[in-house]
Amino acid sequence: MKRGRKGHDEDSSSSCEDTTEASKKVRSLSEDSQEAAFSWVRLPQEILMHIFQYLPLLDRAHASQVCHSWNQVFHMPELWRCFEFELSQPATSYLKATHPDLIKQIIKRHSNHLQYVSFKVDSSTESAEAACDILSQLVNCSLKTLGLISTARPSFMELPKSHFISALTVVFVNSKSLSSLKIDDTPVDDPSLKVLVANNSDTLKLLKMSSCPHVSPAGILCVADQCHGLRELALNYYLLSDELLLALSSEKHVHLEHLRIDVVSENPGSTHFHTIQKSSWDALVRHSPKFNLVMYFFLYEEEFDPFFRYEIPVTHLYFGRSVSKDVLGRVGLTCPRLVELVVCANGLRPLDEELIRIAERCKHLSAIGLGECEVSCSAFVEFVKMCGGRLSQLSIMEEVLIPDQKYNLEQIHWEVSKHLGRVWFPDMMPTW
Amino acid sequence: MAVNSVHWFRKGLRLHDNAALQEALSGADSVRCVYVLDPWFAGSASVGVNRWRFLLESLEDLDLSLRKLNSRLFVVRGQPADVFPRLFKEWNVTRLTFEFDSEPFGKERDAAIVKMAREFGVETIVKNSHTLYSLDRIIELNNNSPPLTFKRFQAIVSRLGLPKKPLGTVTAEQMDRCRTDISENHDEHYRVPSLEELGFKTHGISPSTWKGGETAALERLHKHLERKAWVANFERPRINAYSLMASPTGLSPYLRFGCISCRLFYYNLLELYRQVRKNSSPPLSLFGQLLWREFFYTAATNNPKFDQMEGNPICVQIPWDRNPEALAKWAEGQTGYPWIDAIMTQLRQEGWIHHLARHAVACFLTRGDLWISWESGMRVFEELLLDADFSVNAGSWMWLSCSAFFQQFFHCYCPVGFGRRTDPTGDYIRRYIPKLKEYPNRYIYEPWNAPEAVQKAANCIIGVDYPKPMVNHAEASRLNIERIKQIYQQLSHYKGLSLLASVPTNPEDAKSPGMDDSHGHSSSSGGRRRVRKLVSR
Repeated sequence: MKRGRKGHDEDSSSSCEDTTEASKKVRSLSEDSQEAAFSWVRLPQEILMHIFQYLPLLDRAHASQVCHSWNQVFHMPELWRCFEFELSQPATSYLKATHPDLIKQIIKRHSNHLQYVSFKVDSSTESAEAACDILSQLVNCSLKTLGLISTARPSFMELPKSHFISALTVVFVNSKSLSSLKIDDTPVDDPSLKVLVANNSDTLKLLKMSSCPHVSPAGILCVADQCHGLRELALNYYLLSDELLLALSSEKHVHLEHLRIDVVSENPGSTHFHTIQKSSWDALVRHSPKFNLVMYFFLYEEEFDPFFRYEIPVTHLYFGRSVSKDVLGRVGLTCPRLVELVVCANGLRPLDEELIRIAERCKHLSAIGLGECEVSCSAFVEFVKMCGGRLSQLSIMEEVLIPDQKYNLEQIHWEVSKHLGRVWFPDMMPTW
Repeated sequence: MAVNSVHWFRKGLRLHDNAALQEALSGADSVRCVYVLDPWFAGSASVGVNRWRFLLESLEDLDLSLRKLNSRLFVVRGQPADVFPRLFKEWNVTRLTFEFDSEPFGKERDAAIVKMAREFGVETIVKNSHTLYSLDRIIELNNNSPPLTFKRFQAIVSRLGLPKKPLGTVTAEQMDRCRTDISENHDEHYRVPSLEELGFKTHGISPSTWKGGETAALERLHKHLERKAWVANFERPRINAYSLMASPTGLSPYLRFGCISCRLFYYNLLELYRQVRKNSSPPLSLFGQLLWREFFYTAATNNPKFDQMEGNPICVQIPWDRNPEALAKWAEGQTGYPWIDAIMTQLRQEGWIHHLARHAVACFLTRGDLWISWESGMRVFEELLLDADFSVNAGSWMWLSCSAFFQQFFHCYCPVGFGRRTDPTGDYIRRYIPKLKEYPNRYIYEPWNAPEAVQKAANCIIGVDYPKPMVNHAEASRLNIERIKQIYQQLSHYKGLSLLASVPTNPEDAKSPGMDDSHGHSSSSGGRRRVRKLVSR
């Protein structure tokens, strides 16, 4: 169903049953008295439009061919607020692309109706180019939401930077009311962020720009300084600075809702990770006590030195590579606000003490996931006992649990279930 | 009237525990054992030389065993639909028997043959012996749909009690009663073909690591049990370099071809456990391997689109990338990641890899690094992996790529770290990628990080003698986890920040799994009942 992203959810399911029912009704009515058919045609346009909103685009397009008045409804602006452009090539994707004629039509007739727009592109450069092409024609629209989504390899990164920037800035300049912007994995840069800010500082609430290598800390600072309504921000660690956190905590700034930080290293020792002052985090917590700090780490084990040395307000923590026992121990000591902890892998020494400490110190922990790790069954039971019913997500790979004197694998599942108050099993992988 | 039986071997390539074969023999005047082989199929890339070799060795073994009983195997070339009418006439066949094939394509083919047999006045008897239980029964017990999580499956299975006991093997006495005349030119028409005849070049080919056939299977079973008894430990052993090598007691290819009966294996394990553990009830996990196999057969039996993403009701639609070049590098062990390349090399050379190795390469191809569809990986495994068949192969790939079965997707197998933790010695790499032999342990899993001096000393320059890594793992996994999370959040309509909560839960698991463990498959049935009280409202 080709619907764009909205700030609020209007994800009405495109039930085929509705369309079959509708068309059945039309058929039976027209077979009935002329009077009945007459009243169907008399249906007010607003109602018809409401019905059309439930139809997937293709069915709606078919319906629009029925008669002149239905065609009019099809083109009503309300039906063109949201659109998701799907751009792909058969050679690189399984996705079905939006038909080029439809794209032409939308630009011609509906570009000024569009408010919530997203672009889904596959890994081919042509798709990214097509997206830019459309973007540069959106001169008459005031978009509220714009999302650039690569479904596979980030093809926006393969475009010539200037080409991408000029297309993007068309939207920045003309929209003037952008509230939500998702531009992860694109070649956006500092000057274009300045343009964004110059035109949309009053309205910008959400900005997701993980992995935008041409942006510098100064560039993002400019956004934080000027866009006081910013509530959600996603970026890479190297863009984070004390100034940024302080800007987000300034009096003029609204409460921050979430901050998502990706900490990524290409090769061990290749990236230097600067430290953030504890006081900057403290300022942010004081200013926005309910905010969520989501951190995803993709580092080599030896690169964690700068992290978890003092208290940090992180709420959601994901370790996408192996993380050492030592670091997990530090997590227990420094993350009192922790809500979710997900560990992909560890160095295969039992994490008993570290888990117990986390149960003790992270009183808000409600979700934990352990992949390639080891925990003795007894320690695990102890952990679950300490957390009790607050654990709503407990995803432990079966191989993690090491049977010991007290418990074997069969006993553990019911022991844990007992303490959780619901049936629990570890996650399994096929042993075939 | 004379009863002339034909037993049609497809899987179930064995004489023991073969109920359909027993039916062929029962009260018959003559019995002929037939295998229908389509030589054109060998030309298609979808089945590689190791798989064919295993099959041919299994057929040779059957032929040998039948010779000892004064009979022979009839390998008939062609397609069943063409072959059988001719044979029915030529041999005056009155009875056709075969083992039930639960796979959708198999069921369709067999329905057509049964219909055709009826037209020829041939009675057809089909018996279920490729799986432990009747799959339809499992589906029935789960509200008429196949269980979609393994724990649900286990709960259903524990209500079924023990599977049927395996039958004995065919005896000389049985065969004597239905002696069939073997013509002098039997070999001319009906011998087991050679690899060369099927179009494979066998010059320089290494001997098979896994020898096909019932005889080899039974020997392995014996060794497998011996080892378990000696270890007296039924827990899953920690994997190490040794476990990665071709297991001398592994049985998966033999189970796939039916060289060994899954029920024989089951009962042997059960008996051994009872002996060693003095009659306590074995946990379901003892039969882990067999139950996973059963799980996938059950999931696939009524789903002809089980091996596809599009149109498959249980498969998550993921916008995988189409990248033939990248796929080829993975398939040929040229990714630049020694751990991945060694595994794919072993797979190509020998036809079997450890299940954790499978997880590693499947993750790398799909949700971990390359973001290529699991269907592509499945096809490569179909070609190379001895124990792959429609249900188990497709099912495993969907599982490992987090495309079905409500799997959590957060645990990604690092192509460097996971390998290093599994085999710190690096011996596995050195064996299958001899070029990297001289690399020290510190760098053998990530040779591109080795200083130039080390590379030179090892006589293997990265980028020249061995490929550079084809992706950056950190960046790829960062991208991919974000993608998969978005897809799952759309599915589950979850709007929060939790990675774990993004995956919807199986609606089946919300219902009571019917945990009446009165058949003693669990030692804590009392405890379970208590939990039920906690959970029920």
